[in-house]
Amino acid sequence: MDGIHDMGGMHGFGKVEPEANEPVFHAAWEGRCLALNRAMGAAGAWTIDEARFGIEKLPPAVYLSHSYYGNWALRLENMVVERGFAGADEIARGHALRPSKALKRKFDVAAVPRSLARGSFGREAPAPARFKIGDRVRTKNIHPSTHTRLPRYARGRVGVIEALRGCHVFPDTSAIGAGENPQWLYTVQFEGRELWGDTADPTLTVSIEAFEPYLEAA
Amino acid sequence: MAQDHDHDDHDAHGSELSEMQLRVRALETVLAEKGYIDPAALDAMIEAFETKIGPHLGARVVAKAWTDPAFKQALIKDATQAVQTLGLNNRVGDHLIAVENTPTLHNMIVCTLCSCYPWEVLGLPPVWYKSAPYRSRAVNDPRGVLADFGLSLPAQTQIRVWDSTAETRFIVLPMRPAGTEGWSEEKLAGLVTRDSMIGTGLPKDPKAAA
Repeated sequence: MDGIHDMGGMHGFGKVEPEANEPVFHAAWEGRCLALNRAMGAAGAWTIDEARFGIEKLPPAVYLSHSYYGNWALRLENMVVERGFAGADEIARGHALRPSKALKRKFDVAAVPRSLARGSFGREAPAPARFKIGDRVRTKNIHPSTHTRLPRYARGRVGVIEALRGCHVFPDTSAIGAGENPQWLYTVQFEGRELWGDTADPTLTVSIEAFEPYLEAA
Repeated sequence: MAQDHDHDDHDAHGSELSEMQLRVRALETVLAEKGYIDPAALDAMIEAFETKIGPHLGARVVAKAWTDPAFKQALIKDATQAVQTLGLNNRVGDHLIAVENTPTLHNMIVCTLCSCYPWEVLGLPPVWYKSAPYRSRAVNDPRGVLADFGLSLPAQTQIRVWDSTAETRFIVLPMRPAGTEGWSEEKLAGLVTRDSMIGTGLPKDPKAAA
């Protein structure tokens, strides 16, 4: 979706402000929030793509006015309620009022080490890759109202296939519960000028990781 | 005006703290009472992120690559597999990709869409990495971003920005600083900063670190 999360190339957000000796969490609730979100994902309540779409659906003003983990907390509330894991009334009360719904897996202490490595999203290829290294491709000019990993700044642009990364779960369908639909993934490199015009830094190249359905031969 | 603005920020932050504390506590209580989550598992996960998983892991990977050409070759070929051979205390998921800085090429990692980051080897990302200024500017004004970090690269250096838009994850292999000949892997790892593995910094100056 053409949401506020898709920030590449936007102006007006100011300087990057690194924090010296930054703690892992700035408050205890941030750690609880991260762990709750991950635990529900690891228990199979939703896929990572559905969870990302959950953040993107926060209204732009909400997204920008909350901290990173603040947005995670709002997303978690929304998804828990949308999927019937708990009612808004239960969250408001701070206690369960009704029986629970079944989860795919149990996420307990024994499952924690496994959750400390990212999941595996590579899948068997249903068809040969359409492009090879060195091919010129144009990204499609698409604007789905649902989740996509093709950023706005890189739509309708010509680049070169730099690497094939195997066949992966396709986020655009996974995010809307339409299945894994594995697709080839490529690193596509663009000249700065192709993305940003004549005033671009002449030494700049940018790459995205692009799924095959985002690309056509150029 | 500036003062009012600061004041507003302070209030917004303060109220978010207490509001979020309460909301997250309510969520945890409900989800635990329903049996979906185990608070002890949350404790273990948080402890791992606070004590076990951090940029010291990535620093070991980089120092090994600086001292062992065969490992470096394996790392560039398949970083997930190569890192697995180091016996770090955390497993690394699929599709970790190491990108190498050279005298003419500087790499930078970003996720413009969310916060994708090689956290298995660098720990959780810092706030600035997830912030709007970094995500918006890294892809069209990387030199301006580097200036925010106090870093200025030669005008002719090629800058390569990797936008992490899928489940591939990138780690920058910075250049080994001159003047470190004969240094042990452990001593070299002490020069490798988190930011040098994201591309917003360089390794520490060995003279200052010695």
